[in-house]
Amino acid sequence: MAASDVSPAAGLTVSPPGVLFALLGAASLWLPFLTLRANRIVAGEGAAPWEVADPIASTAALIAIAAGLTLGLLPSRPWVRFAGSLIGLAGLVVLLALGAATLLKGADNLARVSPAAGFWCLLAVIMLLMADAIGGLRPGPRLRFALLAVVLAGLAVLLWSGALNDLSPMQEYRTRAAAFRTATWRHVALALGSLGVAAAIGFPLGILAFRRDRVRAVTLPVLSFMQTIPSLAMFGIMIPILGWVGDTVPGAQSIGIAGIGFAPAFVALLLYSLLPVVANTVAGLGAVPATSVEAARGMGMTAWQRFWTVELPLALPVILAGLRIVLVQNIGLAVIAGLIGGGGFGTFVFQGLNQTATDLILLGALPTVLMALVAAILMDIVVEIAQPTLNRKYP
Amino acid sequence: MIEIDQITKTYGEINAVDAVSMLIETGTITVVVGTSGSGKTTLLRMINRLVEPTSGGVRINGEPTDAIAPYLLRRRIGYAIQGHGLFPHQTVARNIAAVPRLLDWPADRINARVDELLTLFGMDPDEFRDRFPQELSGGQQQRVGVARALASRPDLLLMDEPFGALDPIIRARAQDDLREIQRKLGSTIVLVTHDMDEAIRLGDRVGVMDGGKLVQYGPPEEIVERPANGFVANMVGDAERPMRLLSLIPVRDLTEEGAAEGSTVPETASLRDALSACLWTGRDAVPVERDGAPIGRVTLAAIRHRVGQHP
Ligand SMILES: Nc1ncnc2c1ncn2[C@@H]1O[C@H](COP(=O)(O)OP(=O)(O)O)[C@@H](O)[C@H]1O
Ligand SMILES: [Mg+2]
Repeated sequence: MAASDVSPAAGLTVSPPGVLFALLGAASLWLPFLTLRANRIVAGEGAAPWEVADPIASTAALIAIAAGLTLGLLPSRPWVRFAGSLIGLAGLVVLLALGAATLLKGADNLARVSPAAGFWCLLAVIMLLMADAIGGLRPGPRLRFALLAVVLAGLAVLLWSGALNDLSPMQEYRTRAAAFRTATWRHVALALGSLGVAAAIGFPLGILAFRRDRVRAVTLPVLSFMQTIPSLAMFGIMIPILGWVGDTVPGAQSIGIAGIGFAPAFVALLLYSLLPVVANTVAGLGAVPATSVEAARGMGMTAWQRFWTVELPLALPVILAGLRIVLVQNIGLAVIAGLIGGGGFGTFVFQGLNQTATDLILLGALPTVLMALVAAILMDIVVEIAQPTLNRKYP
Repeated sequence: MIEIDQITKTYGEINAVDAVSMLIETGTITVVVGTSGSGKTTLLRMINRLVEPTSGGVRINGEPTDAIAPYLLRRRIGYAIQGHGLFPHQTVARNIAAVPRLLDWPADRINARVDELLTLFGMDPDEFRDRFPQELSGGQQQRVGVARALASRPDLLLMDEPFGALDPIIRARAQDDLREIQRKLGSTIVLVTHDMDEAIRLGDRVGVMDGGKLVQYGPPEEIVERPANGFVANMVGDAERPMRLLSLIPVRDLTEEGAAEGSTVPETASLRDALSACLWTGRDAVPVERDGAPIGRVTLAAIRHRVGQHP
């Protein structure tokens, strides 16, 4: 991007969001960065970022964070701002790893160190800076995918290396590694499985609703109504209904249908998923230019050929946008499945709530947020690929 | 030959097309002209059965159009829909290749055909092949729409206001191009327009529609010289009738022995061009040439006499 993007006459030589990030970042430094507690459930004591590690190391890390936020001030150079966000992130991670080890030195076995408000605020600010810089780069789908892969690989290496093992959520993880793996797969099965079934039902239903006014007049209001049921109430309703099915329909119980567990959670997510799938299918097909469909008819395409070569490809971006909504929504909602024994990351969240063990809650919440973010980014890439003309420019 | 026989389409109370009969000769351009809502599009779409007639029928080369499945019929008939109707998600090449692909042409034959058509329409294949419709001007979009209709070399081409979106200068060029392409390929074209100028310029025969009825059908000279009723006369425009008539008659018809001063006109030019040349240069006659050699002259008096001959 050229420097001429910035008008010198206006005297604008810094990026406005960059200023905001720098100010927020500076303010975050005055919040406690880590919390040291005597054991996993009592309240702890906050430690400022410059007290968590030995002076030389913490100064170096703080300089890296400050330098990153300063680079983020440069307008019209998204690559520099992106590099700034990486430098800031590195400083933040180093401070976190060193701080945990330092604070635990000499403390007894039960003591715990967790990230505190200051860390979370700095992390949020640096991630926003990164998102802003990436937005300025206008990366194509391939570059975005590569960036995502790099960030995830970096995170994996960090967790693998054991640098963060002294942190309390990681200690919670270590005592539950097997349960965590099970919960991960269960969460994926709930979110992706309900999405798959919702697509298998909702897509044909959407096509039918698009073709037949009467089907549409019934389907959309019913699905909208279901969408308005609060999630806790929805899971609650599923318990007696599926419990009754499990008890009365022969063989239902043997395939896992019961009032609590995986089945009611899955069905509730499925019901939530139907509206976005059906509504976006109807909207997508409705947005196909009528003259294109007529032209296809006029040149002798059969109804089937018309659907596959004209209507579906033109409706696809909107349909995929519906699937994106469903996937992100389901990953979040699946947490609540933990409440009715559905498994998934929600298990840790609700166990943690019961035991007032914040770090156990984080063990469920953080992977959920990460999964939702990754799903959103991946689906955006897919939606963009489905629009072949979007990124093209001609002189 | 296309025989349209007492064809009618009724929507509720109204007859969008009302007992229209037409004979369309192979290898000619027939233009159906009328005001908006007069039933032109409906008539055209009954030929390829995009609209099923309420009564009456169409025969193409003696074969009734309802003897085969509509989609098979349509693959044999080119159709340029009103407002181009290009597929926005496909490149220009893929749009043009739509019908050949339906007909399972081999890929190299399709590619050659796409390049041939783009060249024919004055669009450099290397530049335009891989563009999307949104990346073309309105005129280029319409040309691609027409190219797509021509792609499988159909014997019959139906065109619904194909030049509607073009400004007057580009439109005149597109009309000349179409005329030339039609002569080269010998195809039969039925074209619908609301523009009487276009009808007279392009049509071997012109049909005028009003309120679903075909009120006059004949060669353009007949429409200009002997309008069947007030509506047709109105469409032709009283003040412009002499000029329209002259634009239809070649200089060749009135060329006489003798010499004249000044620059020449070719014998294929219209009397309208000759009249313009006389008036503009203040002469009473202009020399006429054929292939660069003088063959005689055409006089102002002869032109005036010819215009005065109308019934
Ligand atoms: N599908 C339809 N349903 C009801 N009326 C129609 C339909 N198609 C056309 N009409 C009516 O038929 C008449 C002729 O329409 P059309 O053939 O499109 O006219 P034109 O092409 O000459 O403008 C108009 O009055 C139009 O409103
Ligand atoms: Mg029309």
